[in-house]
Amino acid sequence: MVFLVVAAGVIWSVVRFRSRGLSTTEPRQVFGSRKLEILWTVVPLAIVTGLFIVTVRAMVLIDAPQDSDRPSDLVITAHQWWWEARYPNGAVVPWDIHIPAGRRLRARIESADVIHDFWVPDLARKMDAVPGRWGYIWLEADKPGTYAGTCSEFCGAQHAWMRYRVIAESESDFEAWMRYWKPQPNNEDDIPGSPVPLAVRLFADKCSSCHARTATDESSSGKGPSLAHLASRETLGGGIMRNTPENLMLWLTDPQAAKPGNRMPKIPLTDAERTTILGYLESLR
Amino acid sequence: MTWLLALDHKRVGILYMLSALLFFFAGGMEAMVMRAQLAAPNLKLISPEIYNQMFTMHGTTMIFLVAMPVLTGFGVYLVPLMIGANQTALPRLGAACFWLQLVGGVLLYSSFATGAAPSAGWFSYAPLSEKPFSPGAGVDFWAFALLLIAASSIGSAINLIVTIATERAPGMIMRLVPLFVWMTFVASIMIVFALPALGASLVLLLSDRLLVAHFFDPSQGGAPLLWQHYFWIFGHPEVYIVVLPAFGMISEIIPVFSRKPIFGYPFVATSTVAIAFLSYGVWVHHMFAVALGRNFLAVFAAASMLIAVPTGMKIFSWIATMWGGAIRFTTAMMFAVAFLLEFTVGGLSGVAFATVPVDWRLTDTYFVVAHIHYVLFGGTVFALLAAVHYWFPKMSGRMMDERLGRWSFWLIVLGFNTAVFVLHFLGLIGMPRRVYTYPNLPWFGPLNLISTIGAAILVFGILLFCCNVAMSFFFGVEAGDDPWNAWTLEWAAASPPALQNFTQVPQVRSRRPLWDLKHPEAPDWMVS
Repeated sequence: MVFLVVAAGVIWSVVRFRSRGLSTTEPRQVFGSRKLEILWTVVPLAIVTGLFIVTVRAMVLIDAPQDSDRPSDLVITAHQWWWEARYPNGAVVPWDIHIPAGRRLRARIESADVIHDFWVPDLARKMDAVPGRWGYIWLEADKPGTYAGTCSEFCGAQHAWMRYRVIAESESDFEAWMRYWKPQPNNEDDIPGSPVPLAVRLFADKCSSCHARTATDESSSGKGPSLAHLASRETLGGGIMRNTPENLMLWLTDPQAAKPGNRMPKIPLTDAERTTILGYLESLR
Repeated sequence: MTWLLALDHKRVGILYMLSALLFFFAGGMEAMVMRAQLAAPNLKLISPEIYNQMFTMHGTTMIFLVAMPVLTGFGVYLVPLMIGANQTALPRLGAACFWLQLVGGVLLYSSFATGAAPSAGWFSYAPLSEKPFSPGAGVDFWAFALLLIAASSIGSAINLIVTIATERAPGMIMRLVPLFVWMTFVASIMIVFALPALGASLVLLLSDRLLVAHFFDPSQGGAPLLWQHYFWIFGHPEVYIVVLPAFGMISEIIPVFSRKPIFGYPFVATSTVAIAFLSYGVWVHHMFAVALGRNFLAVFAAASMLIAVPTGMKIFSWIATMWGGAIRFTTAMMFAVAFLLEFTVGGLSGVAFATVPVDWRLTDTYFVVAHIHYVLFGGTVFALLAAVHYWFPKMSGRMMDERLGRWSFWLIVLGFNTAVFVLHFLGLIGMPRRVYTYPNLPWFGPLNLISTIGAAILVFGILLFCCNVAMSFFFGVEAGDDPWNAWTLEWAAASPPALQNFTQVPQVRSRRPLWDLKHPEAPDWMVS
């Protein structure tokens, strides 16, 4: 609107007041008009005042209170270069975030290293993840669906590939997912006393200082994303590649080729060990 | 050799402009590398680390080594001529500042030789810019170079302030100075107040990196947001520091080619001061996505919206100046008119960002990239192109070729708008900025390709402009002292001006001393 007024003014002046021929007489010298000048000060002032009121109203509607006694329903932590969501029942879920549709969740956004930004355009406002600070947002999907999210603050080499999904489900589907994600410990594969398979020992030896292997695994440092249910994911490395055995193998042989600049060092492994671990990871459904 | 030791303001000014042009090529090449990498989804022409170096160096270069020096160059060259002086007040300081600036630029670019050019962005947010996350020497080069450049900018600003305050011709009271001089004056004062914040934050960052301090390290009680406050309380006034002198150029060029005086000089001048004051109270709009509290943000939203008012007043004044005039469409005037439209686009998208909920969606997307390029390229660079075409005859004594000028104008307008307008849409559909590549989402590929094609057209336009400058310098038609039939004092000096600009300064009794000379029957001081 405003642009049209300005553009019309410019174009009209340009077309109408073109100099014709080589007339040597100067046009009438006008130095200004106090009335007009006040007009184009006051009218924009009124426009921005109205805009300000609308702005504050919208802010109140959109923004979650930063100080409130209500505990957070979800804690989302940004890392270089992956995401992690923690649920009240203790489940720690990397990348994709599942939420129940139709419920307004109070999500806490935080960072483990540098500044990131949580952004799911269709569901919530942006919120910077600043180390040492917490930011709260309302995270709410009206209906079930899959919503794309990404990092929206430059955070280093792999800022481009921090893509994740928020998956909103009906209450019952969400409950089912929760049970699937975090089964009771007695359903786990490593029951005390039974012989530990070679693959699990290898994982503990080579991978577990950074990665968790099951949803109840407390032994890892959380330096890297949990690999629980890895085989059920669609992509690897925040959307940089599809989750195929070949691509997963690339992470085991040369992580820097898989996602240049990421924090995973090259792990010394024999071909046989790699195959064993790959098979194990592919079994984590 | 005479150029190396030059103290004359005209030579120092031209040195500033030439060094800015050199770095403009470097920054432009960095932009083209980025546009090539982004031409299609999932390209792997360069590594993410190189891409991050490219946008860090592009932003730093264009702001600190192009926009500020070229505007300082125009200021140092034109201000003494426009106020009827023969020299700046502090010529040695002026020359020293140029060389300090150049050393800073060379230091910044020498970081490429270490293999670790800075890659934390031109804003170098902590803690990403801290040693654990940026271990290479790049950020150190960046910070030391900017310290030199900041010192140089403050020095040259002081030189301009003192010059304008003390060297004006008899009769030229402050209310009668040309608007370019006035806006350079205000921008220089802003530099003196804004750049120290940058310098201080750079010292803190260097202390963290080299002396194991913890100013920005949250694990040791430091505050990452402290960096952002420091950086943007410098960074937002900085935008106006590189826009106000451009406003000044437009305020000189539009009246001369419309054959009318500027419409409402007092309002245009006062609104400049309003912009300067407000610009120190808006920095948090760069941080709206941080959880700072609603009321806090609302204050900065209000200030950011208010700044649109004095900016709008200027645009209306320029239109009113053209209204009822007899407009001559020289290349300079065409660039000035394009400036009006493009800057309005950039200004309006700026108001969008002041609207906090819009910012919560669009900040750090390509919408911001579009916004800043409409302000700084569509605005400042277009004003500079107008200024080069307008003052080239004064500086060289020769006219620029109008036919080549027209060609380069249309190529630059077409290339720039094609390259940057589509970025608005990319931001709206969710493309974050500062990503080295992107997945093949709907429209991402085609829109990015259009932008890259536009950028290539823009390169041709700029090269054609440079050819025009070079060829006109050697083969242009003799200009004479006053080719545009203009009104300010620089056109009373020879073209190019002699070492001593004026043997006799015309009498100054109004804002248009040369109009008064040419129209003794109706001089401004009798009419206005």
